[in-house]
Amino acid sequence: MSLEMTIKQRDNNQGIPNLEAFSNTLQDLAYKDNDIIVVTSDSRGSGKLVPFGEKFPKQMVEVGIAEQNLVGIAAGIASTGKKVFAVSPACFLTARSFEQVKNDVAYSDNPVNLIGISAGVSYGALGTTHHSLHDYAALRAVNNITILAPADNYETEMAIRFAAMTKEPVYIRFGKKPMPYISKNKDFEIGKGRLIKEGSEAVIIATGETVFPSIEAAAFLESHHGVSAGVVSMHTIRPLDIQLLSDLAAKYPVMLTVEEHMVNGGLGEACASYLLQKGKHVKFKIMGIPDEYTVTGSQLEIFNHYGISEKGIAAEVMKLIE
Amino acid sequence: MTIQELAFKSLDYRKKILKYIKLANAGHTGGSLSCIDILNILYNEILNVLPHNFSDKNRDRYIQSKGHSVEALYVVLADRGFYPESLLETLCQYQSHFIGHPTKKIPGIEQNTGALGHGLALSVGIAIAGKMDRASYRVFTLLGDGELAEGSNWEALMAASHYELDNLVIILDYNKLQITGPNKEVMKLEPLSPKFEAFGCSVREINGHDLASIKQTLQDVPFEKGKPSLIIAHTIKGKGVSYMENAIKWHHGVPNDAQYQQAMEELEDRIINLQTIVPQ
Ligand SMILES: [Mg+2]
Repeated sequence: MSLEMTIKQRDNNQGIPNLEAFSNTLQDLAYKDNDIIVVTSDSRGSGKLVPFGEKFPKQMVEVGIAEQNLVGIAAGIASTGKKVFAVSPACFLTARSFEQVKNDVAYSDNPVNLIGISAGVSYGALGTTHHSLHDYAALRAVNNITILAPADNYETEMAIRFAAMTKEPVYIRFGKKPMPYISKNKDFEIGKGRLIKEGSEAVIIATGETVFPSIEAAAFLESHHGVSAGVVSMHTIRPLDIQLLSDLAAKYPVMLTVEEHMVNGGLGEACASYLLQKGKHVKFKIMGIPDEYTVTGSQLEIFNHYGISEKGIAAEVMKLIE
Repeated sequence: MTIQELAFKSLDYRKKILKYIKLANAGHTGGSLSCIDILNILYNEILNVLPHNFSDKNRDRYIQSKGHSVEALYVVLADRGFYPESLLETLCQYQSHFIGHPTKKIPGIEQNTGALGHGLALSVGIAIAGKMDRASYRVFTLLGDGELAEGSNWEALMAASHYELDNLVIILDYNKLQITGPNKEVMKLEPLSPKFEAFGCSVREINGHDLASIKQTLQDVPFEKGKPSLIIAHTIKGKGVSYMENAIKWHHGVPNDAQYQQAMEELEDRIINLQTIVPQ
């Protein structure tokens, strides 16, 4: 879609799945640039890329269900100067082909855009094989990859446009449920968290598809407890916006992080690590999927089960305040 | 170059491989000696790659999948003028760019390799891009035999055949040994030629130390239109030094002073023989 359309949709707060926003943006880019190449591993349907394949058959490379091959081939193509998007479910892209990501993309400086679709627990009851609750942690331990988790269609589109331009490896992950627009502010900058809502007593730092329930939680805190909570969309997990973190730690006595990722090694631990090493002390809580066998359910049910919901997040804020 | 001149090169390269491994006190000796004749022909006779055109989009690409035999590559690239040979004295030393596997920090090297089973998929990607752009370059990759147990190679072969990559040349340095022992004891590879054919490659088998044969075969690519060319180069691990040949312990190993002197004398003798057999 065009940026104008995105902005119009945003003004009406009508969101589509970030997956579709990604596909639409990529088609928009490919009209003007035949160096945009998509590589898929039998994933064009789940990646909403069938229209892309029909419009730009020469810009699409299918490798079959072979994620190691997907990333290796994508790296080879990218080394020739093309703008490559390797698209595969996040669970496989960041685990099955982890060594190709580490060596052929990151270490070899081949600027592949790794697109992890149906990320987190988007696959719901399909279970742990299809969940990616490890991807932030895994990729944070690999030098030379920017890690992005856009919250809504606008952030998705901006992330994809950035990825098409940059000469460095990028990982972008999103889910497949329609996502409401979280903000009408137009500011989006890689590496800069977006302060969606100001507050005074607590701040909720969320990323990806947990930003929306965090906004709901802030509204709930206001209406039910008279508590003023800020909300940040930390769409860039690396490089982390440490300036914003410092500012937030100075202003807010209570800080919660919320992510669709295991509590180990993700956004929350990245924030905690920075703050502790800088001697900045706040009441702090990491919300995410705990270190246990994940409960069966839809994405929403899993979120609710682990408290990643309007009331669940609000309850954790209240615990820290009291 | 004449075959005789190339033969001199090969012997000289072997001496240098041993020299720098000895200096570094580290290196993959046997594999470097088994693939050096192939690299000699590639860089001196086949690839259109020189320091001045290394950023040319139409340069041929060489991806060394068996990255551990990097000493062979370093020696050949120095000889081709990519950097002064003296830099190899820093091999594996603190803060040197000359690490124990190929790295793009070294002029002339295309990709960072070393983890096995990666080079072929990278090469397939570069070859696919070449087809997209109707580019004239070819992609050559050197595989080790031990790394054929990595499933990623077979994924990549499927894609090479599916996309009819006749701009891709895969060379197997088939020395039949790997770190633990013979391939056939570690993980059986045979029947290899029918396997590669079944995966859609056009296969030829050669003696990987017969310079004329390597040259002729590499000049014949693509063997068939629409198919990747695959060369099974039968080689000897440790080739050129009597006590290293076919000896597992020389997969990686640094000769002591006496062994080093013996190796150099053996290679020197061959150089003298070569001069006597075919006078300049
Ligand atoms: Mg071997």
